[in-house]
Amino acid sequence: MKKINLKINGRRLSCLEGKTIMQVAHDNGIEIPNLCYHPDLPVKANCRVCVVEIVDRKNLATACSTPVAAGLEIKTDSERVKRSRNLNLELIFAEHIKRCPTCIWRFNCQLLEYAEKYKIEITHFSDRKSKRKVYKFANAVEIDGRQCIDCRHCLDVCNDVQKINYLKLTGKGIDQEIVPASEHRGLPFIGKKAKPADCIYCGQCALHCPAGAAQEQSHWHLVEKALRDKSPLPPFVKGGKVLVAQFAPSIRVSIGEEFGAPYGKIMSGQVVAALKKLGFNYVFDVNFGADITTIVEAEELVARVKSGIPPDKGGQRGVLPMLTSCCPAWIKYIEFYRPDLMPNLTTARSPQSHSAGLIKTYWAEKMKINQKNILTVSIVPCTAKKFEAGRAELKIRGNWPIDYCLTTRELAWLIKKHGIDFFKLKPAASDNPLGESSGAAAIYGATGGVMESALRTAEYLLATARDTVCLEENKKNKMSLKAGHGRVEFKQARGLAGVKEAVVELAGKKLRIAVVNGIGQIQPVFDKLNNYDYIEVMACPGGCIGGGGQPIPTTKEIIKKRLEALYKIDAGASVRRAHENKEALRALRWLKGKGKLRAQVLYTKYRKKS
Amino acid sequence: MSDILSKIKKANLVGRGGAGFFVAEKWLSVAKALESKSADNKKCFVVCNAAEGEPGVMKDGCILEHYAARVIDGIKIAIDFLSAERAFLYLNYAYHKKLNKKLASLIKDAKIEIFVKPINSGYIGGEESAILNAIEGKRIEPRLRPPFPTTSGLWGRPTLINNVETFYNVSLVAAGQFKNTRFYTISGDCPFEGVFELPDNLTVEKILKQTDNFPKFPFFIQVGGNVSGEVFNAKQLKRPASGAGAITVYSQAKNDFKKVVKNWLNFYVNESCGQCAPCREGIYRLRDVFMKEKIDWRLFNDLLDNLSDASFCALGAAAAVPIKSLIKNVYHEKN
Repeated sequence: MKKINLKINGRRLSCLEGKTIMQVAHDNGIEIPNLCYHPDLPVKANCRVCVVEIVDRKNLATACSTPVAAGLEIKTDSERVKRSRNLNLELIFAEHIKRCPTCIWRFNCQLLEYAEKYKIEITHFSDRKSKRKVYKFANAVEIDGRQCIDCRHCLDVCNDVQKINYLKLTGKGIDQEIVPASEHRGLPFIGKKAKPADCIYCGQCALHCPAGAAQEQSHWHLVEKALRDKSPLPPFVKGGKVLVAQFAPSIRVSIGEEFGAPYGKIMSGQVVAALKKLGFNYVFDVNFGADITTIVEAEELVARVKSGIPPDKGGQRGVLPMLTSCCPAWIKYIEFYRPDLMPNLTTARSPQSHSAGLIKTYWAEKMKINQKNILTVSIVPCTAKKFEAGRAELKIRGNWPIDYCLTTRELAWLIKKHGIDFFKLKPAASDNPLGESSGAAAIYGATGGVMESALRTAEYLLATARDTVCLEENKKNKMSLKAGHGRVEFKQARGLAGVKEAVVELAGKKLRIAVVNGIGQIQPVFDKLNNYDYIEVMACPGGCIGGGGQPIPTTKEIIKKRLEALYKIDAGASVRRAHENKEALRALRWLKGKGKLRAQVLYTKYRKKS
Repeated sequence: MSDILSKIKKANLVGRGGAGFFVAEKWLSVAKALESKSADNKKCFVVCNAAEGEPGVMKDGCILEHYAARVIDGIKIAIDFLSAERAFLYLNYAYHKKLNKKLASLIKDAKIEIFVKPINSGYIGGEESAILNAIEGKRIEPRLRPPFPTTSGLWGRPTLINNVETFYNVSLVAAGQFKNTRFYTISGDCPFEGVFELPDNLTVEKILKQTDNFPKFPFFIQVGGNVSGEVFNAKQLKRPASGAGAITVYSQAKNDFKKVVKNWLNFYVNESCGQCAPCREGIYRLRDVFMKEKIDWRLFNDLLDNLSDASFCALGAAAAVPIKSLIKNVYHEKN
C-alpha cells in the first residue's frame, strides 16, 4: 500500500491508500460521529451522520464509505457539515420513540450522546413510528419497530453472519420495516420463495443494534421487584424467598466495559460484590456448573466413543459425532432446522442449568431451605439462555431451576440504576460450596472452550480406563498425570477461525474434532458430519464472549481481548481440569444413587420444533 | 478493437440516460477494469437500461418501437467490444408487453436476455445500480459507490450500463450514420405532445418553436423529466434540453406553486427506496413542513440542501432540483 498525504481540518496527515476517511480520522484521534457503521459489518452509509466536506467536491461525502486519496482536503466540522449532520440526527431521532427511563441502553445510548454533544433538538420532529409493532421472539429477544432507525445491522447479522435469514426488510421508503420472516410481504423483492425460518434467539441483532430497537426481552424489573420483596432476615422466615444469583463464565471479563474498564479486564470479585450489594443473599459461580457439565459430557463422549459401553443414564450409545449442547441457540437450531441430529446432542445439561439445579437440590438440602423458597437469577452473556431457562424439560421435581435470566447488559443497567460504584466495590469471593471451579470452566466462554475442557477430562477417563470420574473421597484423580497423560491445553480448539478441525489423540484413541465458531459457519461441517467424532458449536461468533447479551459494542477486536482474559484465568488456575474440582465431585457424589433426581439434575431431552 | 471506441470518441457520444456521461469514457473504464483481471477471470456484462421510469420521458419506448434493430445492434457491438458474457435488456413492463415478440425475433440467438423490470420496483428500479440488484434478485435499491458498476457490477463483474438511445447511437456511429440528432420528449400544456428527433444542439426555445409547441400564455418549463428535471422560466429558454432530453410545459394558470410542489413531494415520498435518512425521512418531513399552513421556510430549505448534499444516491439529490429551481426561477422571479 502506498502512503499518501492529505489534510483533515487543516492538519496535515499521512496515511495508507485504501483506507476510508473514517478510519484515517479515527487513527488520528479525530472523532466522526456515526450510527450505521460497525467494523465487522459491510459499510452501508445510510445514516449519513458521518458526512464530511471534501474541498472541491460538489456534495458532502460519508466518511465511512469514501476512500482517502492523495491531496484531499477534508473538513469534518464545517458549517455545512454541521447543518447536514445535525439535521440527519434530528431526522433519525424522529424515527425513535423515547422510552429512555426504562431502556437499559440509556447509559450507553449513542443517540443521546450525540444529542448532547451536538446540541440536537431531539423532538424537532414528531415521532413517526409510534404505531409500529414490537415483535417478540419467545421470551428472549424483541425487535421494537418504534425505535428502529433503519440502519439494517440486524439484517446483516441475521442473514449474512448467522445465516438464519429470520429477519426481513419489508416495504420501502417510510414504510420500510424489519419484520420476522413470517410477516414478510415480499415487496420489493422479486420471486424467490424463502425457506421456513425461525429465530434461534442468539441475540446478535441486539448486540449490533445502535438504537436499542433490537433488545433482549428485559427481566431486570422482575428481579428488581424480587429483590425488593425478599425476606429481610436470613435464615429465611416462613414465606420469604432466598435470592440466589449465579453468573456465567464470560461475564467477568466483559462487564467492566460497561463501566469504562479496558477490554478484557477480569472482574469476578466486583461482579460478586455488586450482586451482593444489589441484595442477593448468595452468589454462586456458574463455573462450578461448567465443571459438572464437563464431567457429564466427557463421560458421555467416552461412552459413545467406546461403543458397547452405554452411559448409565439417557445416553445414546454409539451415536457419533457427539454435539455439544451448552449453547441454547444451537439447541433451538437443531430442534427446528435439523431435528434428525437430536440423537447426536449430548444429553448433558448446560452449565447454568447444572449449577442452578444443584442450588435447588444439593445446596437447598444442605441449607435446609425448601427449594420452592429459593429464587435463582442467572447472569448470562446470552439472550437464548432466557429461552433455555423456560424449557419444561429442565424442571426438577416440578420446579424451574432458574427463575430469571439477566444479560450482562441488564446486570450493568441494574448496577448503574442503583447508583452502585462498580470499581469502588470491595471484591468478594463467590459463595461456597458452589463457588469452586477449575480453569477448564473459565474457558467455557470462549469458542472451543467446551471442547477443550471435555477433552481434558475425556483423556483422563480414557487413560485410566474409567467410564466415570472417580468419586471416592480419597482417590486422587490426578493419577493420570504421572502416567504421561498430563496434557492440559488443546490449542487446536482455540482461535477465531470459522471452523477449527483437528485429530487429537487421547490415550491412544484418535478423536476427530471440529469447533464451529458461529452458527453461520456450520454448513461445511454439516456437509461432512461423518468425518467427525465430536463437534462443538457456539451460535455466536467468538462463543459466549461474543454473546447476544454482552456489552455493546462487541467487535472482533474486543472479542479477542475478552478471550485472552479467559485463557489467562485458565492458565493461572491451580486446578485446570473439571474432574479435579473437589466440590464438583462432592456434589456428584451426593447425587449418586439418587436415581430420578440425579437424571433430572444432570441430563436433558430435546424436542422437535416447527 | 479500438476501432469502434475511436469512432464513438470522434462522434463525441454522450450517454442519453440523463447523467450525460461520455460514452467512450465509460466503455474504456470497463475495458480497463477487465485488463486488470487475470486471464481466467475476464467475465463481464452489458446492460441496456430500458426502464424509462421518469415521468415525462418517453423516447426510449419510441426508439424501441421504431428502431429496435438498431438498439439490438448497438448492444451486440458492446458485447463484441468487451467479449461480454451476456447482455441484459432491462425492459419497462409496458414496453415488454407491447414489443416482446418483436424484440425476441431481433435478438434471435444473440447473447442478449430480456429482463422485465419488476412491476413493483417503482421509480428507483431504473437507477443503474438498482437494476443490478434487480437482475441479481436482491432488494431493488441503489448500491453504495464506489465500487462503480464499471469495475464491479453484476455479480461483482465489470458491467457496462447504457441507455436505449445510447446503444441506438452506437449502432449509428458504427455504420457511419450518426447525424448528431437526439430524441426529445415534449409534454404538458402544449398542443403537440410526443417524441421528436432533432439536432442535439438546439435550445429549448427552438425545440418548442420548431414543434409548434411554444406557449402563448404565461408558463414555465421543466427540463429532464417531470419529477427530477430542472425548472426554468420563459426567459431562460436559450439553453440545450440536457439530461434525458425531456421538456415539460407548465401553464402558470393551471399549475400553482402549491400544487406542483405537492405532486413532486407525494411522488418522492412514495418512491424513495428508504435506504438513507436525508431521502427517506427528509422528504417525508419536507412534505409535512410544506403542507402546514405556515411553512417553516428555513427548515424547508435546510431539508432540501441536505437532500442535495447528503443523499445516498443521485435520485435523492435530484429530488431537490425541481423544487429549488421552481422557487429560484419562477416564484422568486415573480415575487
